[in-house]
This record gives sequence, structure tokens and C-alpha cells, in this order.
Amino acid sequence: MTQAVRRAPYPLILVVLAALLLLAATAGVAAGSVGLPFGEVWSILLHRLRLPLGEPTWPAVRETIVMDVRLPRVLLCAVVGAGLSVCGMALQALVRNPLADPMLLGVSSGGTVGAVAVMVLNLSVFGALTLPLAAFAGALLALFLVYGLARAGGRMTTIRLVLAGVATAEVLSAVASFLIVTSNDPHKADSALRWMLGGLAGTTWDLLWIPAAAVLLGTAVLLGVSRPLNLLLAGEEAAAALGLDVHRFRGAMFVLVALMIGAIVAVSGSIGFVGLMLPHMVRLLVGADHRRALPAAALMGAAFLIAADLAARSLIAPEEIPIGILTAVTGGPFFLWLMRRKAAR
Amino acid sequence: MTPGELRAESVSVVVNGRALVSEVSLGAAPGEVVALVGPNGAGKSTLLRTFYRAMRPTSGRVLLDGHDIWRMPAKRLARTLAAVLQEAPGSFELTVHDVVAMARTPYKKPFEGDDDSDRRIVLGALTELDVADLAEAPFDRLSGGEKQRVLIARALAQQPGTMILDEPTNHLDLRHQLDALRLVRRLGVTAVVALHDLNLAAAFCARICVMDGGRLVADGPPAEVLTEDLLAEVYRVKAEIRPHPRTGIPQVSVPGD
Repeated sequence: MTQAVRRAPYPLILVVLAALLLLAATAGVAAGSVGLPFGEVWSILLHRLRLPLGEPTWPAVRETIVMDVRLPRVLLCAVVGAGLSVCGMALQALVRNPLADPMLLGVSSGGTVGAVAVMVLNLSVFGALTLPLAAFAGALLALFLVYGLARAGGRMTTIRLVLAGVATAEVLSAVASFLIVTSNDPHKADSALRWMLGGLAGTTWDLLWIPAAAVLLGTAVLLGVSRPLNLLLAGEEAAAALGLDVHRFRGAMFVLVALMIGAIVAVSGSIGFVGLMLPHMVRLLVGADHRRALPAAALMGAAFLIAADLAARSLIAPEEIPIGILTAVTGGPFFLWLMRRKAAR
Repeated sequence: MTPGELRAESVSVVVNGRALVSEVSLGAAPGEVVALVGPNGAGKSTLLRTFYRAMRPTSGRVLLDGHDIWRMPAKRLARTLAAVLQEAPGSFELTVHDVVAMARTPYKKPFEGDDDSDRRIVLGALTELDVADLAEAPFDRLSGGEKQRVLIARALAQQPGTMILDEPTNHLDLRHQLDALRLVRRLGVTAVVALHDLNLAAAFCARICVMDGGRLVADGPPAEVLTEDLLAEVYRVKAEIRPHPRTGIPQVSVPGD
């Protein structure tokens, strides 16, 4: 007799994840060259929200540190982490393969090429939106390219998908490097290179709103289509028989995911493996039904990336490790474990 | 769940210049259970794909109650026609309940949750196919027969008037084969069932359609269709056919050499 899956009640899991997120966010704001007590972090935040809690008892400089330096960075981490995690989960359903991830599929690299081109060539056709739009265009192009390559001449298999993704990512990274190396402005080249490694330092409130809006709206849309996403897990033919116009739906969702990844990559560079690891942990916790899994993925992704960023800036303080290096160090072994587990089945 | 009237009008499917299905016309009257038989590669699955909107016919039309199924919204078709396929989910942590609950999707708008009637329908389908105690088990770890029953339960929970079944008895033991086909008949739905077992087809279907090389080569009651000549021509086997002593239904037996 096959064993039933035992899981904790869903609302409890959501509450625990939300508590973890708040804890990570508080720690993220409190920690740094000037350490702040957790209580003071919240006093400052609540004071700024104009709640009548008495007079400020802290030096004004601390308020500046919290409000202008650390809070935007922590919020951006939350947005990027939630976005990558949700996009990873959606991509895994769309290509019906648990090894899909924005970076593995070359989507992040596509976004990177778009963004680097804008930086190095000094384009600014659409003002502040130029960088995210270019990243979006690159991400979308990469996604359709990989999907087309993986499907060419028959059925899409895991091997074909991963190979197509790796090859595309490789070529696109080379293009980005080429753009940087051949740029005749060393200053611009340097900033593009640092950006490519992935990092969330120097975040300001101005940087926050485009990715925040993209991730919030995108996640809302994905929640709205969580039933069709479930159908894709049953296979293409079954999804068609259950009333889904598979090709149109998949095309529309590719555009949506590319938009989200583009907006994320434009502010954070490429941060790998978040979109691969977290959806798996979430599915183990709450199951594969996207109506339950997507909200949990967003919470867990946000908490994870805040914690990873905290580690990135405190492990060898005052130096910072690029966060992409940290996520790769944890994500690489996870990916190998997953491949072995899948092969063993 | 009013049984529908399904009709294929000279349906052809051409892929990469090869005709997988050529000019097939066949119909199923409301409540009729039609068996579709033929050797491997005869085009049965491809023809069925054009019925549940997984593959568009290159030419010809598929009509359900007189409406071209390729000209109606996919969701509307899924409320009246369900399919039991051989393809199965893999590698995602779906439970049996998750798989069957998918059947309610064509009835739902975005953000709409499941209500009591959805839960009742899903539970009813699980119970009908004898898989209710597997509801929380991971679908991937089931045996082939259990998976097949779960997929039939999903089609049932779609509450269709017409069902397309592609080898629904695959992996099933004798008892569950009979149960599955009896269930289809008892539901009173219109059904087109691809079967390999000619004796099952003859026993459960009043009409048998035979495909060979993408064409429909015979269509009629079992006694007229299942002849030694036809089996020799289509399957290239020398078979003996005798009426069942009690029911009179033709029985195919193949003497080993």
C-alpha cells in the first residue's frame, strides 16, 4: 500500500513562513557596521508610519541608516527572492520539468545581455525604464530560444532542455563579456562587470518600485492562473483535454515570466539557483497544487534571499561577497542531489 | 451530463508529409459506446487526439452535437467531453486527490475556489474507481493499474456527456478491466474507446470500428465486423472466430503454432 503524504496544516505553514520572513527582515535591517537592537528597528519603522508611540529616543543618524540604507536593500532582497522563487516554480510547470530555473534556462543571461548592452552602449531611449525593458527583451528572447531548441525535432526531454539552457546561457554570457571587454569606457565596463556578479548593494528607494510592481503584479496573475498551471503538470495532452489552450497559455506565461525576470535582473544581476531550490522545498512542504504552493514560494523566497544577503555582507565584513556566489555555492550541490534523486526514481 | 452526439467528418491528419489519419468519417450516437480497434500505428490515438483538441485535423471536422469542437472555447468543450489518456504526470509531488481535482478546472474562473459540490464530485469519482483510500498518496508511486483508475476517476469528475478513452484497460487486471468498461456503459455517456483486446471490444461495445494504415476499414456490430478474413487482412494473423455459447458474441481465439 502506498504511503499517504503527511503534511502540516497549510495555514500553520504560511504563518511560520511569514514569521520567518519578518525575523529575517528585522535581522537584515538590524545587522551591519552599526548594530541596532531589534526593538529599536521596529520603533523607528512604526515611528515613520506615524503611529503615536511616544517621542524618538534614538539618534537621528540611526533613523537615516534604517530608512535610507538598510530598509530599501532588505525590501529589494524580499522582492527579488520572492520573484525568483515564484518564476522558478512557474517555469517548472510551464516546461513541465523540475530542473527548470531562470538561470539554468538562460533567461537570466538573456536579461543580463540586454542590461549590459544598455549600460555599455549608454542607451536611454525610455528613461528609467530602459534598463528593465532591455533586460526583459533579452530574457524573453532567451526563453523562446531555449524552448525552441529543446523542442526542435520532437519531444522535449530533460537532457535537451538543460543542454539548450546551458548552451544558450554560455553564449549569452560570452556576448555580455564581449560587450564589456570591447567597451572603450573603462568606468562603465567596471560597473557593468560588478553588476553582472549579482549584488544588491547601494539600493535606493528609486530602484525599488519597478521590480516591486513587476513581482507583485506578476505573482497576482500567476495566482489567478494557478489552476491552468496545475493542468500543465498533468502533461500537454491531458491539459488540452481539460480545457486549456496549451500553446497560447504557455506563450503568454513566458512573456509574463520574462517581464518579471527582466525587472529583477535589471536591479540585482543574475542570482542563480534560488528559482530552483525554493520551489522544491515548498512542494515538499505544501504539495504541488499552485494555489497553495505559489504564496508559500513567495514568502520563502523573500525570507531566503534576505538571509542570504545578510550572510553575504556579514561573513567577511567589512567586505561583501557577491550574493550570486553564495547562492551558487548552496544551489550547485542541491541541483546535483536533485538530478541523482530524479535519476534514481 | 446529457450524452453528446460525436461525429468526425472526413478527418485527415498529415504530419511531416505523412498521413497518419486519412479521410475518416465515423459517428457515435448519444449514449453509444463505440470501440476503436486496429493494429499498432493504425492511427487510433491520432484520430482520438483530434476529438479532445490535442491535435488539429489537417482537414475535415469534428462535431459535438453539431458544433465544430475546434471552433468553440477549449473550456466549454472540457465541460462536455473528457478524455482518459495514457500520458501521466511525473516528478512533481502531486497527490491522487490533486490529479482528480484538476477535473473541476473547466468549471472555474480565475481565483475561484472549490466549493462543497466540487469536493463531493471529486470524492464520488475517487470512490467509484476504488481509489478513495489512495487520495493522499503521491500519484507517481502508484502502480500502473492504480494510475489508470485515477485517470479514469479524473475524467469522471469532469462530468462529461462524452468520453474518449485511449486504451483505458492498459495495466488493469481482469477485474478492473471489466469494472472500467462496465462503468463507462453504466454512465450512459457517449464513448469512443480504443481497445487492443478484441474480445473485450466485442463484449462491451455494440459497434466496432476498425482502423488500418490511417483509414477506417470496417464499421459495424461485432458479429459483422470481426471476421476471419478481416483479421487476416488487418492484423496478418490466422484467427478463429466462434460465437460465445451463451451470449452469441463473436470470440476471437488465436491458436498457437
